[in-house]
Amino acid sequence: MNIEQGSLINSNSITFECETGNYHTFCPISCVAWLYQKIEDSFFLVIGTKTCGYFLQNALGVMIFAEPRYAMAELEEADISAHLNDYMELKRLCTLIKKDRNPSVIFWIGTCTTEIIKMDLEGIAPKLENELGVPIIVARANGLDYAFTQGEDTVLAALAQTFGKKSTTSDNGTKSENTPNLVIFGSVPNSVVYELGNELKTYGIEIKGWLPAKRYTEFPILNEKDFVCGVNPYLSRTATTLMRRRKCQLIGSPFPIGPDGTKAWIEKICSVFNKPTPGLNDREEKAWKNLESYLKLLRGKSVFFMGDNLLEISLARFFIKCGMSVYEIGIPYLDKRYQGGELALLEKTCKEMGTFLPVIVEKPDNYNQLNRIKDLHPDLVITGMAHANPLEARGINTKWSVEFTFSQIHGFTNAKNILELISKPLQRQTTFKELGWKNYHTLV
Amino acid sequence: MKLAYWMYAGPAHIGTLRIATSFRKVHAIMHAPLGDDYFNVMRSMLERKRDFTPVTASVVDRHVLARGSQEKVIQNIKRKDKEEQPDLVLLTPTCTSSILQEDLQNFVNRASQDSKADVLLADVNHYRVNELQAADRTLEQVIKFYLEKAEKDNSIFSKKTEKPSVNILGPCNLGFHVHHDIAELKRLFKDLSITINTIIPEGASIDELKKLPQAWFNIVPYREVGLLSAQHLEKNYDMPFISTTPIGIVETANFIRQIQTLLKQLGQNVNFEKYIDLQTRFVSQSAWFSRSIDCQNLAGKTAVVFGDATHTVAITKILSQEMGVRVLVAGTYCKPEEIWFRKEISKYCEDILITDDHNLVGDIIAKLEPSAIFGTQMERHIGKRLNIPCGVISAPVHIQNFPLSYRPFMGYEGSNQIADLIYNSFTLGMEDHLLEIFGGHDTKDISSSTLSNENIWEIEAENELKRIPGFVRGKIKRNVEKFAKINNLNKITLDVMHACKEAGNMQ
Repeated sequence: MNIEQGSLINSNSITFECETGNYHTFCPISCVAWLYQKIEDSFFLVIGTKTCGYFLQNALGVMIFAEPRYAMAELEEADISAHLNDYMELKRLCTLIKKDRNPSVIFWIGTCTTEIIKMDLEGIAPKLENELGVPIIVARANGLDYAFTQGEDTVLAALAQTFGKKSTTSDNGTKSENTPNLVIFGSVPNSVVYELGNELKTYGIEIKGWLPAKRYTEFPILNEKDFVCGVNPYLSRTATTLMRRRKCQLIGSPFPIGPDGTKAWIEKICSVFNKPTPGLNDREEKAWKNLESYLKLLRGKSVFFMGDNLLEISLARFFIKCGMSVYEIGIPYLDKRYQGGELALLEKTCKEMGTFLPVIVEKPDNYNQLNRIKDLHPDLVITGMAHANPLEARGINTKWSVEFTFSQIHGFTNAKNILELISKPLQRQTTFKELGWKNYHTLV
Repeated sequence: MKLAYWMYAGPAHIGTLRIATSFRKVHAIMHAPLGDDYFNVMRSMLERKRDFTPVTASVVDRHVLARGSQEKVIQNIKRKDKEEQPDLVLLTPTCTSSILQEDLQNFVNRASQDSKADVLLADVNHYRVNELQAADRTLEQVIKFYLEKAEKDNSIFSKKTEKPSVNILGPCNLGFHVHHDIAELKRLFKDLSITINTIIPEGASIDELKKLPQAWFNIVPYREVGLLSAQHLEKNYDMPFISTTPIGIVETANFIRQIQTLLKQLGQNVNFEKYIDLQTRFVSQSAWFSRSIDCQNLAGKTAVVFGDATHTVAITKILSQEMGVRVLVAGTYCKPEEIWFRKEISKYCEDILITDDHNLVGDIIAKLEPSAIFGTQMERHIGKRLNIPCGVISAPVHIQNFPLSYRPFMGYEGSNQIADLIYNSFTLGMEDHLLEIFGGHDTKDISSSTLSNENIWEIEAENELKRIPGFVRGKIKRNVEKFAKINNLNKITLDVMHACKEAGNMQ
């Protein structure tokens, strides 16, 4: 599964580069946006400054008005200079939250500021947990260490340490203790949970539980030796925690994004459980057939990923399979072990499709990337909103990368959503082009 | 610590960045962790800017935390100097850098030795000032720096212009209807035969700053940003300034009369009374509109106004003195403006509220049940929840408050716009009310428009259906039912829904 380091130096394999890390991305605290919706009985408290609050309020747009189950514990000068006692302050706020919302769990999201002033969140949490009677989970989703979707990774990794520990309680006789169970990790919408579960059920595999589940109180029980498998490419810490702390066995595979990824994911899991997968190829084929109308448009087009959400490699692999070519895959952080299966599939896909292998640029430099985009003039740039409008003004099609994070993209049927997203900018045929208005930037 | 869900004014560095990016050829470098450059997204999205936002981060990561920024900030400044060749690089501290307490001034000093651009450290403290105060300070700082520089090399324009001229201080990007207001001010000054010397900072280059003293006087159209600069120019260059905001017929007249007085003191024989009279009665429609029979309906209607100090004061005065609306509460989140705010407005409203807690604002609105609210996007949402119409009159705002069409708030055209805004808010309220009395013309129930009612929805499937956003739910329900009918299924389960989705029939 793991790519042999030695084989990478060969010119037929993927090139890895690392730049300055001067790129635009969302702060990892943005994960509260989808996690509070996923875990229905949770409350997320982001302990940070006005800067964090301002980001959340603007990035999450209208969600903020829907009485969300998250809030800022806004640090003031007295907190920074330790004139106020962190413990007392957090106790006051969490008591209030408990009274108003009565959540089953409170997540504390540590930020850059709590890191710098070394607020001992992990130390305070257990004490307060006892006093309040509400579990408190601490996740350090800060911009010093992580980018965007890695926020979810920190939260799930924190959960992975403790959830479902009591394996000896109330044996209902439903599960025998000797066969290892399968737990899937990664936050996806409930309909995706249902769908992926169904796919595996076809081949006689029962998913015992998901991390996270719909409710904190419904989290699955996890035993040593249980199998775990990720659905998102940015969950390397969670994977590590599950392996090292919980002694689980990680099924490393490509991620179920695109029909090819989904098939590879199912196949890999089935192979671990020694289950044959009759009809899976047909299933994939059928899925591709359903995408044909998009593929017609996409074949032969080139893509450039500026990189900001760690979904890039899976998406690039899927796009190449769709007949596109990818110049560059920018990515904030690459765990070659956790993404090993995905990288191998990417390489295989390129060979299969007879296209060149893309360059993977870790910690990209947006300024340099813009120069490369200028030279390459790709058909589509997948980028953050900071660059989208200026690029469009220069006649370059863009797709806003954040939309991939907020759409349903997993499994056979949702592949359509992904292609729908990238087809839009390519499809958008207006008569402006015929009139010669391509450039909205310089006066000619 | 403060439990906060929403804030009216952003953090300090946003204010600094708004000033920096309003100038041409100024580059801001934020000393900040990854992800703090969200400002670029806002500028690119809200203002739909065609250019890349000239803001980069000198990223603070673990290494910086352990060893300090060392050469990193300096390298980044030098690099931007070469790449973009800006006139000025403004190093912008953030909440993170202010607790790291690195000697940023030292970095600035060292970097400025090797770079062509001037380099400045924005002098703002994250924990003491908010976005608006920071913008005010940064503008003053930049102006001061360049005036001193111009004085040193004798390039300052200290001689007054021949004809009356004015500087407009403070308009900057991401402001509420700023571009339209600037256009309207230009028109107004043209009508008064006053030349506009400079508009600072929006669209100005650093070079223009040395021309500041040649204007006869300054105006500060928005109270929150520009006042410090105007005071500095008054003190050091003997330039008078006017900080009245020309929003609404009465205040615009007031504004013009102040200019008249000022010009008279400077030896100009001007008389704008006729202009005011003509504009008010015939060019602008809003004075007549207030008088017209339609506006009688507004008399005695109640409103709550909340926003920044400038717009709240202006709108409250319009509602009260021009429309005859009873303003129950006027409030602002601009706490530093409290004294001025109270003084300006106490005559025109029944109560005053100074807070930055949106829950308190919401509670007060719920208790008072005004016929309309005029506020920020937050009040609009409060209004939605309480079924009270709301006109948005102040930042913070969404993308729809950056209209493409001409929508000034200032001057005579601005008064037309505001009259429409106010009147439309109230009529909508009236219409809603009538609809309620007569049972309404629209039902939100989705079951009424289905093809057949013979399908039975399983609870689980129905719950899934409920999760689908309301505006497409009816359509999806119909499609699933159609799918079930075609396939001869008379019970809709979760599986049927998914089968339907897979067949591509959901949408």
